[in-house]
Amino acid sequence: MSTVVEPIPRGTLGRRIGRGFQDWIPAVVVFVAGIALWEGLVRGLDIQNFLLPPPSDITQTLWTERDTLWSAGWFTFQEALGGWLIGCSAGVLVALVLARWRRLATALMPYAIAANAIPIIAFAPITNNWFGTLNQTSKMVIAAVLCFFPVLVNTIRGLTSVRPQQLELMRSYAAGELATFRRVRFPNSLPYLFTGLKVGTVLAMIGAIVGDYFGGSQDALGIQIRRQAGVFAFTEAWAAIVVASILGIAFYAAVSVAERLAMSWHPSMRGAAD
Amino acid sequence: MSDQAVVSLKGVDKEFGTGGVVALQGIDLDIGEREFVSLIGPSGCGKSTLLRIMGDLIQQTHGDVVVNGKPPHQARLDRDYGIVFQDAVLLDWRTVAKNIALPLEMMGWNRQRRADRVRELLDLVELSGFEGHHPWQLSGGMQQRVSIARALSFDPPLLLMDEPFGALDEMTRERLNLELLQIWEASKSTVVFVTHSISEAVFLSTRVVVMSARPGRIVGLVDIDLPQPRTIETREEARFAELTRDVRRLLREGGGFDAAEPTDEEEYIVAEEGL
Repeated sequence: MSTVVEPIPRGTLGRRIGRGFQDWIPAVVVFVAGIALWEGLVRGLDIQNFLLPPPSDITQTLWTERDTLWSAGWFTFQEALGGWLIGCSAGVLVALVLARWRRLATALMPYAIAANAIPIIAFAPITNNWFGTLNQTSKMVIAAVLCFFPVLVNTIRGLTSVRPQQLELMRSYAAGELATFRRVRFPNSLPYLFTGLKVGTVLAMIGAIVGDYFGGSQDALGIQIRRQAGVFAFTEAWAAIVVASILGIAFYAAVSVAERLAMSWHPSMRGAAD
Repeated sequence: MSDQAVVSLKGVDKEFGTGGVVALQGIDLDIGEREFVSLIGPSGCGKSTLLRIMGDLIQQTHGDVVVNGKPPHQARLDRDYGIVFQDAVLLDWRTVAKNIALPLEMMGWNRQRRADRVRELLDLVELSGFEGHHPWQLSGGMQQRVSIARALSFDPPLLLMDEPFGALDEMTRERLNLELLQIWEASKSTVVFVTHSISEAVFLSTRVVVMSARPGRIVGLVDIDLPQPRTIETREEARFAELTRDVRRLLREGGGFDAAEPTDEEEYIVAEEGL
């Protein structure tokens, strides 16, 4: 009756957080090839600069205009981050209330799910009108509203989709509601919550930039993109878009890293090489 | 026996919904201290429901239930029983050690005492060295051993087991049967064990309760007088075959073999509804 299976050695923290360097090689190759193809096609087919500038020009503009671009990027990122923080906090708080008082949830959830499906970004001119065109608040509001619904819907799903037997188990230990929440419901909701938070980063960036498009401070990235495109300075517009992309990806990646740290126990967080 | 019964059921009925399905009908059963009682019957006969009534996870419609000399509600609050389900029901985000320590945490044991107890239990279920693993890193049999260790952690006088080995392959199941008997002999607990398997019921139990197809009634009790401790050879004894036949005959009387309708799981109302 001896144990046949040996304990599995646990991976290092690095292994559990990220994939190995070798796993990234194919993705890097695709990136480099894509950029080279873009450059080659634009130069080879003599494509006009206003249609599609070559990556080398965009990179050059990124460098020469770096101060303006990054300060505008930071300005808009603050809008996105602020909106994300407000929207996600509100989403989680409301989810906690609705998960606790189910009857309320039954009444409100259809609207939350419907709201999740409507293009909230269409309200951007309205929030500009309500909260002021030139300040960051109006963009934070639209970003917050965009983040709110997916975080709400996902968190509720996570808090309530607990396996019935886990609840029976807690009941057998005479666990109160708070203990059950802390030990079962909350940890169970984490994968769902993080899905909402990650979707939220993308929506918050969209909200902030599109909010800028409808009018905002001269320091905002969205305004820069719109203005440069308006005066046919497409290389500058593209450079601003690259800045927005880098910030968006960094934001998403930061939340992903937090997710991996918070859920290192989760099978999906194993390194791909396992 | 009834004055020292760990579980005493008198005229227990269970209906689901108003005027709906009758799951259990007129159940009378006394389970004494140190007994190992198996409940066996066709799918949907209410054996899991009966187990949950003992654990105050659901309430009977009629009848009296006494667990450890008190109403089941009080017994649950006093943590008089440990429960093991068909799935191990481990919390995925906790390591093996922390899963075992879960009830102890809730009982307010301090860290040192918990660690000591977990070490003993890991030893008991032969999982030493796995304390830092997460459930997904273990096989089904190992997960179920963790679940048993967790149920035993606070030394409850009663152990309720709901088809704990039902999802395991035959070889693992027989090995865990032997381990469970060793654990039962070492502890002072009473075991109520729900199973689909006739040979498992006969092999493990001191008494087998045979139930009929829905509505679940007790068709008969079979005293299992096989010598203790049971070993691998027990299953080959002539007496084992006789007792198996007795149980099978009772199951047939209860309609256990013509229940054509494949009701897969027991119907018990669960607290949770997904949104």
